[in-house]
Amino acid sequence: MKLYCLSGHPTLPCNVLKFKSTTIMLDCGLDMTSTLNFLPLPLVQSPRLSNLPGWSLKDGNAFLDKELKECSGHVFVDSVPEFCLPETELIDLSTVDVILISNYHCMMALPYITEHTGFTGTVYATEPTVQIGRLLMEELVNFIERVPKAQSASLWKNKDIQRLLPSPLKDAVEVSTWRRCYTMQEVNSALSKIQLVGYSQKIPMDQASLKNSDVLVLTGLTQIPTANPDGMVGEFCSNLALTVRNGGNVLVPCYPSGVIYDLLECLYQYIDSAGLSNIPFYFISPVANSSLEFSQIFAEWLCHNKQTKVYLPEPPFPHAELIQTNKLKHYPSLHGDFSSDFRQPCVVFTGHPSLRFGDVVHFMELWGKSSLNTVIFTEPDFSYLEALAPYQPLAMKCIYCPIDTRLNFIQVSKLLKEVQPLHVVCPEQYTQPPPAQSHRMDLMIDCQPPAMSYRRAEVLALPFKRRYEKIEIMPELADSLVPMEIKPGISLATVSAVLHTKDNKHVLQPPPRPTQPTGGKKRKRASDDIPDCKVLKPLLSGSIPVEQFVQALEKHGFSDIKVEDTAKGHIVLLQEAETLIQIEEDSTHIICDNDEMLRVRLRDLVLKFLQKF
Amino acid sequence: MPPARPDTEYPGGRGHASSGHSLAPSAGSPAFWRDARRALGRVPPSVPAKIRQVARPGAGPEAAEGRGAGISSLIMDPECSQLLPALCSVLADPRQPVADDTCLEKLLDWFKTITEAGSSLLLLQENPCLLGLLCHVLKPQDLSPRVLSFSLRLAGMLAAQEDCFQYLQQGELLPRLFGEAGPLGGAAWTAPSVRSGWIQGLRSLARHPSALCFLADCGAVDTIFSLQGDSSLFVASAAGQLLVHILGLSLQGPAEGHPGLQTGDWPVCAQKIVSHIEESLRSAATPQITQALNVLTTTFGHCHDPWTQVLWGRLSPLVACLLEKDPVPAAHSLVDLLLSVARSPVLSSSSSGLWETLAQTLSHLSPTQAGPLALGILKLQECPQVLRAQAFAVLLQPLTCVLEATAQAPGLLDSLDGTGGASVTVDTLLPSKAACVGLLCRTLAHLELLQPLPQRPSPWPQAPLLGATVTILRLCSGSATPTSDAGGHLCAFLVGCVRVQRAALDFLGTLSQGTGPRELVTQVFAVLLEYLTSPDSSPTVLKKAFQATFRWLQSSPETPGCSDLDPHAHLFLRELLPVLPKRLCSPCWEVRDSGLEFLTQMIGRWGGQAGFRRALLASEVPELTEQLLRDPESYVRASAVAAMGQLSSQGLRVTPASPEHPGGQQKSLLAELLHILSTDSEGFPRRAVMHVFTQWLRDGHADVAGDTERFVARVLQVASQDLDWEVRAQGLELALVFLEQTLGRPSSHCPYAVTPPVAAPPSSLAQALRPLCRVQLFEFAFRALFDCDRPVAQKSCDLLLFLRAQTASYGGPQGSGSVPEVASVEAALQRWQAGDQGQPLGYLEPEVVVAVLRSMDLEGLRGALAESSDRVEKSPQSLLQDVLATVGALGEDEADCY
Repeated sequence: MKLYCLSGHPTLPCNVLKFKSTTIMLDCGLDMTSTLNFLPLPLVQSPRLSNLPGWSLKDGNAFLDKELKECSGHVFVDSVPEFCLPETELIDLSTVDVILISNYHCMMALPYITEHTGFTGTVYATEPTVQIGRLLMEELVNFIERVPKAQSASLWKNKDIQRLLPSPLKDAVEVSTWRRCYTMQEVNSALSKIQLVGYSQKIPMDQASLKNSDVLVLTGLTQIPTANPDGMVGEFCSNLALTVRNGGNVLVPCYPSGVIYDLLECLYQYIDSAGLSNIPFYFISPVANSSLEFSQIFAEWLCHNKQTKVYLPEPPFPHAELIQTNKLKHYPSLHGDFSSDFRQPCVVFTGHPSLRFGDVVHFMELWGKSSLNTVIFTEPDFSYLEALAPYQPLAMKCIYCPIDTRLNFIQVSKLLKEVQPLHVVCPEQYTQPPPAQSHRMDLMIDCQPPAMSYRRAEVLALPFKRRYEKIEIMPELADSLVPMEIKPGISLATVSAVLHTKDNKHVLQPPPRPTQPTGGKKRKRASDDIPDCKVLKPLLSGSIPVEQFVQALEKHGFSDIKVEDTAKGHIVLLQEAETLIQIEEDSTHIICDNDEMLRVRLRDLVLKFLQKF
Repeated sequence: MPPARPDTEYPGGRGHASSGHSLAPSAGSPAFWRDARRALGRVPPSVPAKIRQVARPGAGPEAAEGRGAGISSLIMDPECSQLLPALCSVLADPRQPVADDTCLEKLLDWFKTITEAGSSLLLLQENPCLLGLLCHVLKPQDLSPRVLSFSLRLAGMLAAQEDCFQYLQQGELLPRLFGEAGPLGGAAWTAPSVRSGWIQGLRSLARHPSALCFLADCGAVDTIFSLQGDSSLFVASAAGQLLVHILGLSLQGPAEGHPGLQTGDWPVCAQKIVSHIEESLRSAATPQITQALNVLTTTFGHCHDPWTQVLWGRLSPLVACLLEKDPVPAAHSLVDLLLSVARSPVLSSSSSGLWETLAQTLSHLSPTQAGPLALGILKLQECPQVLRAQAFAVLLQPLTCVLEATAQAPGLLDSLDGTGGASVTVDTLLPSKAACVGLLCRTLAHLELLQPLPQRPSPWPQAPLLGATVTILRLCSGSATPTSDAGGHLCAFLVGCVRVQRAALDFLGTLSQGTGPRELVTQVFAVLLEYLTSPDSSPTVLKKAFQATFRWLQSSPETPGCSDLDPHAHLFLRELLPVLPKRLCSPCWEVRDSGLEFLTQMIGRWGGQAGFRRALLASEVPELTEQLLRDPESYVRASAVAAMGQLSSQGLRVTPASPEHPGGQQKSLLAELLHILSTDSEGFPRRAVMHVFTQWLRDGHADVAGDTERFVARVLQVASQDLDWEVRAQGLELALVFLEQTLGRPSSHCPYAVTPPVAAPPSSLAQALRPLCRVQLFEFAFRALFDCDRPVAQKSCDLLLFLRAQTASYGGPQGSGSVPEVASVEAALQRWQAGDQGQPLGYLEPEVVVAVLRSMDLEGLRGALAESSDRVEKSPQSLLQDVLATVGALGEDEADCY
């Protein structure tokens, strides 16, 4: 069993499992942190961004000044943002039979995998994953396509040139494999290959089925293990209220689905108590409307608390009420209706959290100059400092409230205790404390045996050996079996059959009937075909009670019998007959001096104490 | 059915009561049982018995001596006597549903009062139905365990008096109830309540030497031994207590005054118990050892007679043997016993090996078990210094480990590192999170208890304790950097642990009583700020952090010359004030609330100081506080009211952009608070407003001083209509302040003093009372006088009595009836008293008020109010009626069904 690790990002995994000629891809996350190296794509012409100076080497060589721009000491690529794809060279992706997608965050690379690799398999995902994943992809494509950029920088990717660049560009990995965003057509084509998986498991996840698994691949844990989501939500609300009370605007860069529902729910409960009832909340995304509506219709996938609301009937999330009461308004873009409705101070939720494309770029440019305004980062996927780099200098307040509800290390340790997997496989980042908190031994996976770690482009041979295979018995063969009870509750039967193996399935079929011996030649051929079916010796079971055995020997005329205890059993000495019977747990030996008659007699005596079948 | 016999024919009946037991029928006589049986079915006597204020005619001479002969006591009032037979037959009827446990408990309480006050024998003779009930429960029948338990306890209570005991013995009732033939052998014994009743019955019964013989005869002691291990904890514990009691009783007479007596000379009963304890102490089974230790602990805790010394002398070697086992069995009980011995004046002074045993125990027990022992030793008034030092070292060990794990300066360690036990502690701290957290929390709690005690160890290691507490807090927040593997583990256990955080913050607050080196105090403020800032601090942790912060700020040295905060604390405040607004905006109401409480405390303490005022006014805090007056959570509104009251008193309320709102267009705080008082749906904010108003009136707040009468009139008017009695009571408090200010003004006389003020002419009295009349204070007070909530009525009564005393010397109009208005006011008050409070009194002239006050029986009213309001409901008669009524109602249902 082998695991091909195509992504090094712990929360955006893309692993391929090869086992018994089956190839399964587990998730296909897309690492978008590469976009942080690019200049933002402004929706409205930004003089500041377009006037940034070109970058030149220390010696004054300015041959890259068209591709690279400098802003407050940082260098950015002035081009359409590109993404770091999962490794494509490690394994022939056309051999992947199945792709299993666990959640919408981990499917953003799907079009890259399904469209240009010769992939012919099937993708499996649940309905909310597909629907919300589609929204995220749609938004991404929309954000990038609506700001067409003529220039495509590629010179800097040259390995020799890259070495000359300042960090972090210099250290960026696999830049040659970075790709531009897919098109909507590719998205549709990729999504058409998905087969929906029905709802069958309880949420929260039923861990019972994971119990005693051979290998547990652990990915997608919290990215901010030191931040407690509840505390962060509180922090978010407090900072939001303080800003708005002082007449400032709040910008929340976010994805169009996920944490935003929780934030809106929390604000729904909070705004009245904080005296913010008159503050407008805007949600701007090309898919804002669909996202808000979709979230209300997947009730069976929500936690129990939310599910029950559907029967009241009440929408599971309270943002419906915020919309009804006009407190929350949503727009596909800041062009159009929004510009006429726009009122300040206000709170704007919009993408993209990388601050490199989407409507958020405009708000950063618009509000960045005033210290009254605040940008609150809630998505943990991007370093907020790096995200803000092309906007420096910035007067706006920045608050970092990462809300990551993925499993933390305490939960993982509980899970491992409960599930007790034989082996744990995880990204290497989880096997040591985070670099910034090297003393926090609690922020790593601690299990026995130690977890096997992987990094990008690594292949792990999983320590998984199958000792048993499941074999089916054909009904007619099963019919012919005659079980014999050897102990109460345990019956045994001998089976003669032909083992048929195909597609990793094993079936025991009845042996072909011996054909009638019609002629010499034919008979010979028939016996060639049929496996050697000579008369089988019966199998024996049971143990020999020494005292009774000795009595039996005496009854049968043996005298002068001596019994010796050995480490493994007994030795019965028939001194007169110069014979030795060695009785052990799993074997009995009769050692006599070439007296076959005596041996057979003794054997039969021994056999009387054993069961045969 | 045999004809009813006259009362006098009951054994030892009324006519024979005073002549002693010799006249009573012999034990087990047929007449005894027949009468007892008949008593159950008896019809209540038609003629009620007289109230018996008797001088206990039935009590024997020794009983009379014991309780004070000739004391009159109310045996049982006739109404109850009349109801009792019916009650007994209800209880004896298995078909009747038994009243709930609490009723039976109340009945027993009542019987206890009766038997304690008078003769039980007389009680039995007067109420033969009781005897009937006791006999009846012995019959094999399907009687509820509750009733059986009740009867056992009742029998024991009655037999506590020796004459009554003898009387019951004649019918052999007691052996039948408590002996082998009783419930002990029957199916009813499986009910824990019956076993408990059996024990409690014996516990009451065992008061006199005859009882001891009885216990020995019926073999009760062996049963008690076995009940010590009963599956019901209540039964097991009661059995232990009973053993202690019997032991004490049996040694009371003979052993007293003979400290040198050998246990071999002790009464048989006592010897039996002691042997049993010895046997248990030698046992290999921990539960048995625990039982023995508990019996000894209770014995030494309650009894300091010389014989306890003999007992301890005999048993202490066995107890010491327990220490040789590994692990020490029943460690918790052993600690209790040793502390009990050490606290006993008789034992601690005499037993030579005690301190050695304690020292040995300290070193043998695990750190978790040794903690309580160490604390107990340190709390002892007298104890060898060496042992105290050892105990303190044990207590400090976990903190030493913490300091070691984070490699604090070795200087800190020296004073904490007492013994070499630290490695043991590390072993306890590190294997599991639960053990680590538990030990640290207990240690911190123990030290917190110890800190304020006069006998705490000296020198008190303030600096290392501060260092360790700060380190623990930093480990909990993840900001400490451990330097060893042990430290790493500790960090992993403690990160985010709310329990330890709370315990450590509490202890840190307590440590503010002492001083510390400058850099440590800096660390204290730093860690407090870290907690106050961190978004991960839970609401309870934040509250504790606020409390600790206030205590530390309070204890920080004041700048010489002025009482302002010292520069150090000031710096801290500058960092804290930006945090506070965020806390006041928290979505969690508990956080907003504790933030406001902290603010109120701070303003109360430093509101007058320039530096603090500047810092506060520069922050957003005052504005936010005002906004929180409209918080959806009532507790927060209440705290905001208190904080705003303080802010306003100190002149710190911000009137935003006052040039833009000339002439006070901005709603005044007074108006805002009045609005809360009249409209808020919850009681807490309204109570808070009343407190603020009272304080404002007392302090002469500017908003109030302008037109005090208008203010008081308005507040009293609103408060009088409030549904919350505390608001009304606080209204009376405010009225009293106003009263003091109005009447007390001519002289600086203390309003509470009994001596009347210097006499003033009547005209000036009227003048003085007029403002009170104008604000309708009397209408408010009179209404409160008839308030349905007693505290309000009491307070009003006190206020009016005070007022009457003030006006007594003034003379005033002669004769209350002379003014026609007085009669009409009195009539109105009568209507009010009757519950019709609709009609207002309107404006009253001072003369009328004085006249009404004089005509009222305020003292009588005060007396009536002083009695508890449930005195009627609590009467035994009402209890009996309740029990019967319940059954009666059910009985009717039964009739309907069939």
